[in-house]
Amino acid sequence: MNVALEASMTPPRAARTALLRRKILDRTMRTLAAAAIGVAVVPLFSVLWEVLRLGLPGLRPGFFSSLPVPVGEPGGGMGNALVGTLILVGLGGAIGVPVGLLAGIYLAEFGRGRLARIVRFTADVLSGVPSIVVGIFAYTVVVMPMNHFSALSGGVALSVLMIPVVSRTTEEMVKLVPTTLREGALALGCPRWRATLQIVLPTALPGVLAGVMLAVARVAGETAPLLFTAFGSRFWFEGLRQPVAGLPLQIFTYAVSPYDEWHAQAWTGALVLVLLVVLLQLVIRLYARWRMH
Amino acid sequence: MLAIENLKAYFGKNEALHGISLTIHERKVTAIIGPSGCGKSTLVRCLNRMHEETPGARADGRVRLRDQDIYAPGIDPVDVRRRIGMVFQRPNPFPTLSIRDNIAFGVRVNRVAPRGRFDEVVEKCLRRAALWDEVKDNLDASGTSLSGGQQQRLCIARALALEPEVLLMDEPCSALDPIATAKIEELVTELKATVTVALVTHNMQQAARVADMTAFLLMGSLVEFDSTTTIFTSPKNRQTEDYITGKFG
Repeated sequence: MNVALEASMTPPRAARTALLRRKILDRTMRTLAAAAIGVAVVPLFSVLWEVLRLGLPGLRPGFFSSLPVPVGEPGGGMGNALVGTLILVGLGGAIGVPVGLLAGIYLAEFGRGRLARIVRFTADVLSGVPSIVVGIFAYTVVVMPMNHFSALSGGVALSVLMIPVVSRTTEEMVKLVPTTLREGALALGCPRWRATLQIVLPTALPGVLAGVMLAVARVAGETAPLLFTAFGSRFWFEGLRQPVAGLPLQIFTYAVSPYDEWHAQAWTGALVLVLLVVLLQLVIRLYARWRMH
Repeated sequence: MLAIENLKAYFGKNEALHGISLTIHERKVTAIIGPSGCGKSTLVRCLNRMHEETPGARADGRVRLRDQDIYAPGIDPVDVRRRIGMVFQRPNPFPTLSIRDNIAFGVRVNRVAPRGRFDEVVEKCLRRAALWDEVKDNLDASGTSLSGGQQQRLCIARALALEPEVLLMDEPCSALDPIATAKIEELVTELKATVTVALVTHNMQQAARVADMTAFLLMGSLVEFDSTTTIFTSPKNRQTEDYITGKFG
């Protein structure tokens, strides 16, 4: 009896090799997956590390408060470029977020017909268009008629880049809101638009904000569409109709220059840009969390 | 109160209700029973014009609320829903609003009461829905922080805030445990003194316990409609008898 039981518990030879093979396969796959994570994360951290290493020495209060100085002069900063980036992203958001939001809501709540398909397709195509093309578009539509590079044209270019990101995430988030909530509001004699604005949208808000955040983060570092719209400037902000500096533009100009001091400043500018995006993310995330409770 | 005449409902090309006629009497509880997919929910959703909110769905026929056809041209579904309230299968309090605001929402949208009287209305509705004592110290908590049964009573309170003439309940207890179910049933019995109730249920005991009248639906047609006692003790139709005795469904 005992012997028979033992025999039945020891797997036959073929089963044992199959088990061994499965174990080896499992180990290999796990190692490969871990290696893939390494490959994905190493460049990310080395970028952050390099930016910190080379940018941190130049990070002094004066960097945020002063204008760029000519080569050879000590000091100088990117204060105007930082302000310019905030203005450009602010303008882009002021135009792009409402448009994207409304388009997304339309697509999710009412978008069934042919028009909706066209809008959705356009948004998808638009999000794949290289940003320099968007720059040319803004150049033709805003800069040429005004006959002037301007902050406004830069804002328009950035807003065009933001719209598809905002509208597609908004659409997805609004679609996730259960139909029962929408019906609950409608059943209380609430008109459709009001149910959408006061019940559905607040419920989807954390996700929608994530989309806005994504759009802002994407656009804050854009250089190409600003080259011939906002153009860059060595002075403080002079009005929407005038050219304006932007961090990415300034980093670009300094990085391609032959001067070591300018290279150092470009690194510090990059660091500030990264910090800016991180800060924005934090603020929006905290707001979303606060809204939920 | 609610006279339904030859009501047909469609999902796309598919006819889900094949011409239903029945009358829901004032200040009575009318139960609508039948096996899954027989059109019970579709029928009540036609009564406050919620059916047409589903993409591709439409209805025709006549539904008269106090001699006014709610399907007549020029009638705004929004106005219909103000007079005919609805409670859904799954409790659906608005998660972003507090308990107080869940009730105040409909009041505000429909201007039932001035802003200064909101607290009064909230208290009254919560009392009518037998929820006041459980939540009175917590009116600012989120509507979704309550238990399932409490959430459903909150939804009933929310519907009552508009002083509806009819209250439609679409399987209001199917997501609740027996104790919460008993509370809702007790509430329905109390409510019928002031509101006309149409209650969809797949629970025959529930129909027997709370309803004055019962309608039996099968595959989109009305098989039998009579007083609950008659339906459960001496049904005239063979199919009704088979269903209530558990031979199918």
